[in-house]
Amino acid sequence: MNSFTYTAAPDANTAAALLTADKHAQLIAGGTNLLDLMKENVAQPAALIDINNIDGLDGITTLDNGGLRLGALAHNADTAYHPLVEQKYPLLAKAILSGASAQLRNMATNGGNMMQRTRCYYFYDTSTPCNKREPGTGCSAIGGYNRIHAILGASDSCIATFPSDMCNALAALDATINVTGPEGDRVIAFTDFHRLPGDEPQLDNILKHGELITSIDLPKNGFEKNYAYLKLRDRTSYAFALVAIATGLELQDGLIKNARIACGGLAHKPWRKPEAEDYLIDKVPIKENFEAAADIILNGAMGYKDNAFKIELAKRAIVRNCLTAANLNN
Amino acid sequence: MDENITAVKDAPVAEPKSHPVTININGQQHQLLVQPWVTLLDALREKLDLTGTKKGCDHGQCGACTVLVNGKRINSCLTLAVMQNGKEITTIEGIANGEMHPMQQAFIKYDAFQCGYCTPGQICSAIGMLQEGHATNREEVKELMSGNICRCGAYSNIVEAIMDVKEGGQYE
Ligand SMILES: Cc1cc2nc3c(=O)[nH]c(=O)nc-3n(C[C@H](O)[C@H](O)[C@H](O)COP(=O)(O)OP(=O)(O)OC[C@H]3O[C@@H](n4cnc5c(N)ncnc54)[C@H](O)[C@@H]3O)c2cc1C
Ligand code: SF4
Ligand code: FES
Ligand code: FES
Repeated sequence: MNSFTYTAAPDANTAAALLTADKHAQLIAGGTNLLDLMKENVAQPAALIDINNIDGLDGITTLDNGGLRLGALAHNADTAYHPLVEQKYPLLAKAILSGASAQLRNMATNGGNMMQRTRCYYFYDTSTPCNKREPGTGCSAIGGYNRIHAILGASDSCIATFPSDMCNALAALDATINVTGPEGDRVIAFTDFHRLPGDEPQLDNILKHGELITSIDLPKNGFEKNYAYLKLRDRTSYAFALVAIATGLELQDGLIKNARIACGGLAHKPWRKPEAEDYLIDKVPIKENFEAAADIILNGAMGYKDNAFKIELAKRAIVRNCLTAANLNN
Repeated sequence: MDENITAVKDAPVAEPKSHPVTININGQQHQLLVQPWVTLLDALREKLDLTGTKKGCDHGQCGACTVLVNGKRINSCLTLAVMQNGKEITTIEGIANGEMHPMQQAFIKYDAFQCGYCTPGQICSAIGMLQEGHATNREEVKELMSGNICRCGAYSNIVEAIMDVKEGGQYE
């Protein structure tokens, strides 16, 4: 680790102001991603602003519209095991609990989880070129070993995937993100938050330097009757996803009335394709229809040397997960 | 004034300094002066000589450094000592209370280790897990203990030991 200064911010405004004043400053919450990257010299902040002592950011509270607000500093474990999350948003609980380990989930915060960086091996290895770590140096994964890399939405400058499980559920649930910063507060739709690499792969999302995530809002509909989360990986626990699927369905009289499918491990952000979800409306929840939806989701998918298997794997995972969701209470 | 010196851009605004922190470790208050980059794990092992907590990977990938902070199990390699001000920390050295903790006794009874390197982390993690109360059967114990890697592969005996403590010594 490089040397850096440390300040515990007393409130969100101070944190945002300290961050705005120093372009080499970074916030620290659980520390589970940032400290890891600092030990590898991938992140080298000159100043750390600790936001853990800020009051009021770790709560989980009901909203007037029937939704639920998750504090940015609420820990992943406390979120997943919260009675209201377990009852109304079991898809989110399941996604969170499929990620990392119990110890890490006790430390990791909801805000930090959204901001976690890719697990691309070259991004972590400072002896190799990487456009995300050092713009303009090239991408070692294209033409290198790319088993965990993207099959959708990648660019010539970066084929990294976004590794979060929690975020797949938040994308499927149509959550919104509340942010504060020097220019005031704003609300960002979850699916707009993370971005595709394009020619600026160093930017994972649209949060501006100086801004702080304060909470995440879940809408009323939690798809709690018909949901499923499937995570496929090299070992059955404590590993990142190769492919992960979050599905929420609403069924009525044997037909699909509403569908959400968000995929992890495939792209630089949780991958949703509204056309596929629309296609399923008023269809019967059977394999053939889910296969057709999977084809729409995976339209344009492109494999590299080591990850082409993900295309077929993702298709089967989508179908299986949608069938699991459809038959959950049968 | 030397222009070359003033021309240095992007220098940190403030010089890094050490911070005083008060941490309760195994029931004892400790006042430490720590540099910002010292992890809790390094502070325990190198400043306080509490070397029972082990460093396996230093990246959150093995669980050897597991300790309890305010009763919750965490990886001490991925948090800074300076962030622990006012916290209560229990390490493997603080688990026994006069006699060995039931989890320690169960690990011996079930031969739940070979080299023992992962054991302090396994025991702290297991105690934390039972306090969390989400593991109801063997499968869930395995899943919720997956953050503790054992390179000797003592897993099956570790699960037996934990189940025995969970069932109050009545496990068969
Ligand atoms: C071994 C290992 C395995 C893992 N496996 C998985 C897995 O399977 N699935 C999964 O989803 N994740 C996994 N993770 C990642 C883990 O979920 C993240 O590290 C964690 O969620 C990050 O949260 P944090 O609070 O610790 O963030 P920090 O490390 O504190 O911060 C991460 C980033 O977020 C920024 N940040 C934090 N809070 C805010 C805020 N409120 N506003 C703005 N910016 C903020 C920080 O500045 C920093 O850049 C794993 C991690 C490890 C170490
Ligand atoms: S895929 Fe992205 S993160 Fe990985 S080496 Fe290429 S540019 Fe870097
Ligand atoms: S040393 Fe902390 S998890 Fe391995
Ligand atoms: S007993 Fe040797 S690593 Fe677990």
